[in-house]
Amino acid sequence: MATKKVIGTETEFGISIRRQPDFNPSLASGFVINAYEGVRARVQWSFEEESPGRDARGFGFESGGAGDYESGVVNMVLSNGARLYVDHAHPEYSSPEAADPRTAALYDKAGERVLALAAASAQERVGPDEVVGIYKNNSDGKGNSYGAHENYLIARQIPFGDIIEFMTTFMVTRQILTGAGKVGSENDRPDVAYQITQRADFFEEEVGLETTLKRPIINTRDEPHADPEKYRRLHVIIGDATMSEVQTFIKLGITELVLSALEDSALPDSLQLADPVGSCWMVSHDVSLGEPLRLAHGGTATALELQQQYLEWITKYAESERDDDVTRAVLVEWGAALDLLESNPMGAADRLDWVAKYALLQGYADRGVGWDDSKMAAVDLQYHDVNPERSLYQKLVGARRMRTMFTPEEVDNAVRNPPDATRAYFRGRCVQRYPESLVAANWDSLVFDTGHELLKRVPMMEPLRGTRELTEEILDQALDAAELLTALGGS
Amino acid sequence: MAEQEQRRPQRREQEPTEQAEVEPVDREATEAIDELLDEIDSVLEENAEEFVKNYVQKGGE
Repeated sequence: MATKKVIGTETEFGISIRRQPDFNPSLASGFVINAYEGVRARVQWSFEEESPGRDARGFGFESGGAGDYESGVVNMVLSNGARLYVDHAHPEYSSPEAADPRTAALYDKAGERVLALAAASAQERVGPDEVVGIYKNNSDGKGNSYGAHENYLIARQIPFGDIIEFMTTFMVTRQILTGAGKVGSENDRPDVAYQITQRADFFEEEVGLETTLKRPIINTRDEPHADPEKYRRLHVIIGDATMSEVQTFIKLGITELVLSALEDSALPDSLQLADPVGSCWMVSHDVSLGEPLRLAHGGTATALELQQQYLEWITKYAESERDDDVTRAVLVEWGAALDLLESNPMGAADRLDWVAKYALLQGYADRGVGWDDSKMAAVDLQYHDVNPERSLYQKLVGARRMRTMFTPEEVDNAVRNPPDATRAYFRGRCVQRYPESLVAANWDSLVFDTGHELLKRVPMMEPLRGTRELTEEILDQALDAAELLTALGGS
Repeated sequence: MAEQEQRRPQRREQEPTEQAEVEPVDREATEAIDELLDEIDSVLEENAEEFVKNYVQKGGE
């Protein structure tokens, strides 16, 4: 039985403050994040490795100094358990850990709302002509890309070679389901009017540690943010930030399922491609979905055919291993999206960003606007604006052309409150109840200042502990951080 | 081929009842795009060229 796949997303947002004379993206990112008025704690973000002193509830207790903390940059932990900070020149939202892909998709959407709220507050503080814009996309159309990363908790025992062998083709071909669409091409790839993904042009290696240069299809970063003896965190960098809730759900859900099947040795074949890197951008450049990809052991198959093969295997796997509503919904959505792409691709405009955007752009092309007209690039960019008044994605939702999964109330709740079923619950509730005492945080620990000489650290090495079920009572009863630490077993 | 074409539409008709937790989509609304493009024109940045040219992102990940 595969490890429960705890899932989280990291989104770097594009930023601009138009007509600001001395606009600096790093300063602007800090400015926008500082403007966020939701419940949050400003903390130091610790990169220090934890020692795994944990008890049955999933957290232990240690005394000690605060260690080495990154300083000088804006870092916040939000009351929903997320991290909001400046990553070089972008505002970044790292979602709280979720125990299933539906919850993960909800907290990804909540991140958009957080940035929209922060941008609205920032807008009130700039000059009258200046316009704060935050975009959930992955390219500026001028050769600069920024990431939308996915994280999946997997068993340490899976040999990394198996991940490379079995996941590469899946990652390359899932682009037809994960793409957000882009006008033109970048990074010296062949010219196209429109392509399926924002990111594919920037992938240059099969495997590697890099995320900013020579980006690899399989990223080898090995920071589990959990017990390293038991877990690995697969850091997926080949995916687009998606506006469509259904699409985010599909992206996370199918990847989680394929990883689980790999862990349970339920993938019969690796379906290796002869040229994974070339196939990566070829898939993205082929909006007709008919491009045959050469397979390593002879023959060819399209991305769509390969995805249909994964669906068939995973359906069989799920029948024996995964009898739950969320898994069934993932399989239904996966199958429906592939059926549409096969028989009536534009029919997927109500669920896949790349198709929705393509339909809009085709409409303008039919009105005589050239594909290299600035208007096309402007439509592409504005589709991803997080401001609901300006977002073209939001216009499609408003016109009932785009399916949604979450009500506005659900999203608002996810902005304020953490998910129940992971350690993010404990983190988020601590931000709600003891924000003044919380001085530092990391994914796997919190550090409190309770007025004693030494700071107190609470390690959380098990992502599936620290849940509502395990900690709600303690949190409700502890009126301050000192009481909390006493209840947890310290002094 | 003909057999496939007959089979596909039937599968799509079944789709909405299979999909969990989603809002119904007004299928008629997907027919006419003109009205939508007019609405989008009303919110689209006025100076597309300046808007696109000034959107430059460096650094990250």
